[in-house]
Amino acid sequence: MSRIGPVFSQPEHKALIAYITVGYPSLEATLKAVPLLARSGCDIVELGIPFSDPLADGATIQKASFSALQNGVTPQLCLEVAKQLRQEVDIPLVFMTYLNPVFSYGLEEFCAACAKGGVDGLIIPDLLPDEGSELEAITQKRDLDLIYLLAPSSTGERIRLVAQRSRGFIYLVSVTGITGVRDRLPANLEAFVSRVRKVATQPLCVGFGISVPEQARQVAQVADGVIVGSRIIQLMEAENNLKSVGNFIKELRRALDEPNRI
Amino acid sequence: MLSDNRGYFGDYGGRFVPETLVPALEELTAAYEGTKADATFWTEFESLSGDYSGRPTPLYLAERLSRHCGGARILLKREDLAHTGAHKINNALGQGLLARRMGKRRIIAETGAGQHGVATAAVCAMLGLECIIYMGEEDMRRQSLNVFRMKLMGAEVRSVSGGSRTLKDAINEAIRDWVTNVTDTHYLLGSTVGPHPYPLMVRDFQSVIGKETRQQIMAELGRLPDYIIACVGGGSNAIGIFYPFLPDRDVRLIGVEAAGRGLKTEEHAAPLVAGRVGVLHGAKSYVLQDNAGQIRETHSISAGLDYPGVGPEHSYLKDIGRVTYVAVSDEEALEGFQLLCKTEGIIPALEPAHAIFHAAKMASSLNKEQIIVVNLSGRGDKDMDIVAEALGVKS
Repeated sequence: MSRIGPVFSQPEHKALIAYITVGYPSLEATLKAVPLLARSGCDIVELGIPFSDPLADGATIQKASFSALQNGVTPQLCLEVAKQLRQEVDIPLVFMTYLNPVFSYGLEEFCAACAKGGVDGLIIPDLLPDEGSELEAITQKRDLDLIYLLAPSSTGERIRLVAQRSRGFIYLVSVTGITGVRDRLPANLEAFVSRVRKVATQPLCVGFGISVPEQARQVAQVADGVIVGSRIIQLMEAENNLKSVGNFIKELRRALDEPNRI
Repeated sequence: MLSDNRGYFGDYGGRFVPETLVPALEELTAAYEGTKADATFWTEFESLSGDYSGRPTPLYLAERLSRHCGGARILLKREDLAHTGAHKINNALGQGLLARRMGKRRIIAETGAGQHGVATAAVCAMLGLECIIYMGEEDMRRQSLNVFRMKLMGAEVRSVSGGSRTLKDAINEAIRDWVTNVTDTHYLLGSTVGPHPYPLMVRDFQSVIGKETRQQIMAELGRLPDYIIACVGGGSNAIGIFYPFLPDRDVRLIGVEAAGRGLKTEEHAAPLVAGRVGVLHGAKSYVLQDNAGQIRETHSISAGLDYPGVGPEHSYLKDIGRVTYVAVSDEEALEGFQLLCKTEGIIPALEPAHAIFHAAKMASSLNKEQIIVVNLSGRGDKDMDIVAEALGVKS
């Protein structure tokens, strides 16, 4: 079993999941940020392996990916970064990337390297369960969780499919749209989460567009975890000492731990 | 034939997209399948193909070009004479009618050279649909005439400044729009690329080119051609003319990719000749990529071929050896371009100029009894500035 399961077995605990792009704004920043995220209250960190054509991402992560690629970040380097981070943090580390870099590396080889480096799972937004059986078999052999996504547009049939196949948790995309900071949560979020809840036994984590503690608090009332990405990237590019990132994560943590405050 | 129900041509194709798009792709697949049992859809398609698009386009025996080459007879399938100046209108019309049938009033599309954008803008104007075209900044600069044409026909042209600012990035941006506005929007994808059902559906709408060619050559010459040659970017004009001839093993099919500044440089756009298998824009196919699986920037003098991927059916046809794929450089394409201008008084687009060059080269080594058909997929008006610049002509 990967490290992801135990995160969700703590009673009354809502998972806080942070996304950062490896190598943005610099490799040093990534190496410093992940221990800080863990210390400040994150339960899982998603390490983004940059891809040249990130078609599910909005402007912030597009820019981060492009810049990381300019900095020479490759899947190989990301594997090394993860391995190094594994020496410093105990929380689960999950790679988030698109299929082609993984496919190009070789599915077997990539998963073997992930397992060796202490990575716990993979999120690949352009890999549907319909196309995923090969990678599912390989990840299971290596004790990696292949985490699938669902969207508000998903039909009952799609929800059943993902509920059968996703491991670790299910990533619920909060909006029909791409990643990025948004002012408000979609009105139908609660209905969407409960539609999935009726079918799935996995923990449900909601991402896309969550950027302030109040939104996180609201999401945590219906979901098991909250995923924050673009806002963290914006804070990371704003300054070097990462202080605001740490503070932001602590605020999110507080919002999740005291859901009835405010 | 070909393509299973998951959209695979052999190992290629499939659906590699965000989950958000799955219901829309399923709806589109069902709607498209639905037209097959519905004669009224195809009656309207054929009627508008005639009255609006100007089909059938002629199959023209290029006598002076053939004589100049001194070998095989070269015939040109004149898609350049179709409305809006290229084969792109066939697919735009088919998908436009389908979108209307599905009740989608907002149409988005990507364009490289601008030909697909112009065709989409025209069809949307004719059908009264809202039209938004995504176009790379670099392509807007080199194809400014087409930008103006789209705007005249009521389309909004949105410039894409990410990545290489060309067709690949325009597709990324169109997919992002579709993910966001999926309920009321149809993505009118312009080539045989993308997730299932696009490669299949676009091929079917474009295969009118090959069907006509077959009828015309049988009527005029009483026999099938020895060779059919077409340029390949995403591959829609090529698959359109090849597809009806796939069972005819004696008809040799040749796809011409863009070798840009040379296959030994990184500045080309020839994934079938010089790429390896990967996943781009929703399908598994040959892709130009670096060792780390990042999609490479490409170069071709023709914006319509300047794309790192290719349709999955072409990848399959390459692997089984049914179609031979070659690459022709910028310089050679310019030579083909000028040759057709001077011998026939036909100004081709730079995309089919690649195919013209290859045909002319081949023809000289063949005998006079042999027949080559070239798909002249578009006209060259849009390329005047580029050609003038490349030839050092000051206008």
